[in-house]
Amino acid sequence: MTSSITTASKGSKILGLTSLVGFVVLVLLAFFVTDPDIRFHPETGEEFGQFDAVRLLYLHVPLIAVTYLAFVVCAIASAGYLVKRTFWWDSMAHAAGEVGTLTCALVLITGSIWGRPVWNTWWEWGDVRVMSTLILFLLFLGYLALRGAFVSPQRAARPAAIVALIAVLDIPLINRSVEWWENRTLHQKSTLSELKIEDLTLFTLMLGILVALLVMSWLILHRFRVAWLEHAEFEQGIKTAIEERRQIDNED
Amino acid sequence: MKRLFADIRLITSKDLKIELRSRVLINQVAPFALIILVLFGIALDADQKSLRNFASGLFWISVLLCALMAISRSMTIERDDEALVGLNLSGVDPLAIFLGKTCAIAIQLLILEIFLGVGIILLYRSEVEDFWLLVSTGLFACIAVSALGTIFGFLASGLGVRETLLPILLLPLLLPVLIGATRAFDDALGVAAINGWNWFAFVAGLTVILTTVGAGANYLLADN
Amino acid sequence: MTHLGYLLAGWGLSSFIVLLYAFRLIKRGAQLSKRVPSEHARWISSPKQNSG
Repeated sequence: MTSSITTASKGSKILGLTSLVGFVVLVLLAFFVTDPDIRFHPETGEEFGQFDAVRLLYLHVPLIAVTYLAFVVCAIASAGYLVKRTFWWDSMAHAAGEVGTLTCALVLITGSIWGRPVWNTWWEWGDVRVMSTLILFLLFLGYLALRGAFVSPQRAARPAAIVALIAVLDIPLINRSVEWWENRTLHQKSTLSELKIEDLTLFTLMLGILVALLVMSWLILHRFRVAWLEHAEFEQGIKTAIEERRQIDNED
Repeated sequence: MKRLFADIRLITSKDLKIELRSRVLINQVAPFALIILVLFGIALDADQKSLRNFASGLFWISVLLCALMAISRSMTIERDDEALVGLNLSGVDPLAIFLGKTCAIAIQLLILEIFLGVGIILLYRSEVEDFWLLVSTGLFACIAVSALGTIFGFLASGLGVRETLLPILLLPLLLPVLIGATRAFDDALGVAAINGWNWFAFVAGLTVILTTVGAGANYLLADN
Repeated sequence: MTHLGYLLAGWGLSSFIVLLYAFRLIKRGAQLSKRVPSEHARWISSPKQNSG
């Protein structure tokens, strides 16, 4: 191994390796071991169901779980920052917000790809969860844009924390309003509850959530360390600038 | 308490006075609103029936776009000579600054709403079926927009990219207000058979929540 | 298998995006750590680097 420092540590390497192995097992289970969703109409005996498209849910559902978790972490860390005012909380909020936005985008992508064969549409305006997730994604794009607009990470911390908290408070309101807006909703009940959840299906879903959690932790950990190093570099830059200035003053 | 109201009035009248002198609202924002109405009409192929059906949505989108301009403008007058810093140091209660600026923006938006309302009646041939529903929804929704807008204006003040940042921060958060106000207007203009007063109640609730959230956020921002 | 195209697109795209992001994080971290003294990286636990 080279002696150069990176964002990796022994713990993060183990975490990364476990995630990879878990992911491979998940793919095997989701694609080859679990059954497709085929049901028979009680009267006509016709085949219906999601068929193999159901295998997308083993990815989609875990992504939803970690997206919400990441945003909760972001909100808690933002509140933590406002109380403690330390850089640790701010970096954590930033890392969780960014990773959550990424997984939220994946939720929308996988949902859309799943919706095409099952709901027969890439995009369903009539579904509350679909719409709320999109708005959530847009909110956090704004959050990241706000962070990016500040040159100094310190100055971004407080506005960003406040925006994250307002966004999280607004989520229930958005959910309510979208739900009332659509009194024509097609899919009120959870699509998952229609599936007959067998032991193996449930196990694969739980494994999916676990793997997604591991991957998310790995990403947040590394994003956090990058933020930490960026902060250190910024501080160093200021220090160097002051020293250079001092030298110029001494020469005068 | 008395002091607070006096301070709010002071800030509001200061902003409105600047507005009256510079005439940005009348010379720039109002024509912009008119242009939006005309553009919608042309883009939707000037089909009178669909224009009438979509009038409430078009009205509220126009209000939101104009609100962005008004908020930006309200922050610009503070940015020159670092006036916001001076204001904060002057001993005026931060809550009064927030509420004062919110009031000033809300009053401007209200004037614009009247202007836009006349516009949709004349241009889109909308017919008013429930005048008081229209007025009360317009009033509450514009307070909600102004309160949240003021906070995000403060958050992004001092940033060179404020004009582009404000819409992406503010508009998704205002989605519930847009939905509520549009539905209430749909009923008031007689294009949808729904209970508009229920939607008004929703908008009024949102106004209270968002103004409180704004005041809380303002406290966090001002506190050092 | 039905819907194979959708399945590959969904799983493939997601894995690709996450891997790309992870790779960029590692690269950015390596870049930054060249410029920042190691005492800032407190997750480094090997004694050799801590003493440096």
